[in-house]
Amino acid sequence: MAVSGSDKSEGTGRGTGRRPTERKGSRVSRGSLPRYILARIGLIIPMMWVLLTLVFLLLRVAPGDPVSAAVGGKLDPTVIEERKTALGLNRPLIVQYFEYLWQVARFDFGQTISDNRPITMIVRDNGGATLTLTIGAFLIALGIGIPLGLAAGRARDSIRDVAIRLFGIITYAAPIFFIGLLMQMFVARPLGLPTSGIAGPRTQFTVQSRPVTHILLVDALLQGNMAALGDILVHHILPCLTLGLLICGVFIRLVRVNVLQTLQSDYVEAARARGIPERQVVREHAFRNALVPVVTVVGLQAAMLLGGAVLTENTFNWPGLGTQLVHYIEARDYIGVQGLVTFFAVVVVLISLAVDIINALIDPRVRYS
Amino acid sequence: MKALLAPFRTTTGLARWLLVTGLVLVALFVVLAVFAPWIAPYGFAQSSVDGVKFTKLDPPGPGHPFGTNDLFYDVLSRVIWGAQTALLVVLLSVLLSALIGVPLGLLSGYVGGWTDRVLVLIMDALYAFPSLLLAIVFSFLLKNVLPSGVVAAALSLTVIYIPQYFRVVRNTAVSAREATYVEAARALGAPNSVIMGRYLFSNVIQSVPVIGTLNAADAISTLAALGFLGLGIQPQDAAEWGFDLSRALDDAASGIWWTGFFPGMAIVLLVTGLTLVGEGLNETVNPTLRKRRFATVTLPPRPAPSDLSETQNALAITASDNSAEGGGK
Repeated sequence: MAVSGSDKSEGTGRGTGRRPTERKGSRVSRGSLPRYILARIGLIIPMMWVLLTLVFLLLRVAPGDPVSAAVGGKLDPTVIEERKTALGLNRPLIVQYFEYLWQVARFDFGQTISDNRPITMIVRDNGGATLTLTIGAFLIALGIGIPLGLAAGRARDSIRDVAIRLFGIITYAAPIFFIGLLMQMFVARPLGLPTSGIAGPRTQFTVQSRPVTHILLVDALLQGNMAALGDILVHHILPCLTLGLLICGVFIRLVRVNVLQTLQSDYVEAARARGIPERQVVREHAFRNALVPVVTVVGLQAAMLLGGAVLTENTFNWPGLGTQLVHYIEARDYIGVQGLVTFFAVVVVLISLAVDIINALIDPRVRYS
Repeated sequence: MKALLAPFRTTTGLARWLLVTGLVLVALFVVLAVFAPWIAPYGFAQSSVDGVKFTKLDPPGPGHPFGTNDLFYDVLSRVIWGAQTALLVVLLSVLLSALIGVPLGLLSGYVGGWTDRVLVLIMDALYAFPSLLLAIVFSFLLKNVLPSGVVAAALSLTVIYIPQYFRVVRNTAVSAREATYVEAARALGAPNSVIMGRYLFSNVIQSVPVIGTLNAADAISTLAALGFLGLGIQPQDAAEWGFDLSRALDDAASGIWWTGFFPGMAIVLLVTGLTLVGEGLNETVNPTLRKRRFATVTLPPRPAPSDLSETQNALAITASDNSAEGGGK
């Protein structure tokens, strides 16, 4: 319960430890990697199912029907009935539920009501912008968070420690849209940085006319259009920095606490007792081990990054999935909201699975937990 | 009272300073919230005084120390009334989530079996989900059902925090269930309700204030985020900082800073204050985080060889005092 980050980290591993009896009878050696991966996937399925059921229950069983909510008042009641039948919304809920699960299993998230766009198309067209935004923010967060966390943890309760901790708390405390607002007012204007969108209209037009990956940054690179690439990168600076600042607070806290705990551990004490200079103890013995849990938390930050991305995108008019979500919320498009929220849920669960597997590769102890 | 003072006794130097700073900040906002009707110069949705309409987007000046915004409202008044909204919503949601999460966690941890598995599965799924998205979905649904924006916002936040209490309480209950004193109580014929209500509850309740404070900090930002996305409280219902910030975004391009700066700073200060208090509490509750404070040992005047055992006793007492402090989780 030290920090929210490390608190969460025990959560992912915990599920695997709940069935000790199953382990005993098994022939496969305990702690083998394939077994761990299988067990982890086995855990994903019920979790995914619970999440999907929740989303379905919340958005479909809710009072009122999706079609009249989205386009009611604009269309004739008979037309609305026709569309409801066409969308299969007049069938029993249980049938709709199983169809929904089957669709999601095939990575089909449905079609919006207000403008008839398949969710997969939205993901294709707008997902790239969210992807480059979150990756950029994540790199910035690591770049700021890890060095600061190490510096703070090393000199506990010094002025430097307190200053870094306060920096971490304040960046975490400040809402993204407020940091974004301050950036727009005090950073963008003097430096002449763009504050809206992912690229200038011309760049967007030329790059998007020949899409390959539908990720604007990558497409510009593939087309060898350096001017466009530069323009896109410049547009990334402020949004990535804003989102990165939010996440870096978590890394500062986590790395700091880990360094503190490693520096108190027996093996560090032993290294000191052997007469190894303090600088070397800190750098070679404490820092490295303090960074291992960061990998775990990386996965858990995915949830926070996505939440933060929704806000960042709406602050900077970023053409990503977050602005789309808010657009469909405003349009009262239940299927659009449901599809995007389902997609986010799938992404979060898959990332946490990937991170757990990477973690098990790096640190064999994880497989036994 | 002793428990209330514990954070002060066990922290030293900068840790105590941070805790006090946090408490002062939180106290400031509590005062603003409680006495908002007397402190705020105008109402939160008041755009004129004595029939004279305020100037739109008036910069900070004598009449309006924080200026006015694009809805002709006084920014200072909205910041002060906003404290009331924020604290009301957060108090409601944190209390509700503890009231639901703690008993569920106790039940799940104590009863075990299928109840436990199902509850853990649901709570883990809720916990894994991005909390902002969860709040967005709930407020999207509740907005149409509930007439009051404040209650709808509080309920949307409640859902996010239930799993946190549930997890901590359940884990403590699972380990406490096997403890000797619980076994003894069971052997004496105590019914399950007594074991859960008295023995387990008093065991798990200590961690609740820490989670509550840290959740409150998070709830303030999430409430503002909902307001920013237009899913929160409408401006005529109550003053809400996030909503004001979303309006201010359009002003920023034209160099109007006061409409966004003041509500934004209010959020930063309140969340920072709550986080500092939560971390301060956490460090006292969680002994592994605490820096050991060495007690000064005053040795009695050099004893005659025969009195040596007495000195050892004195040392042992100081040592046990220290460990009692460390173990007083």
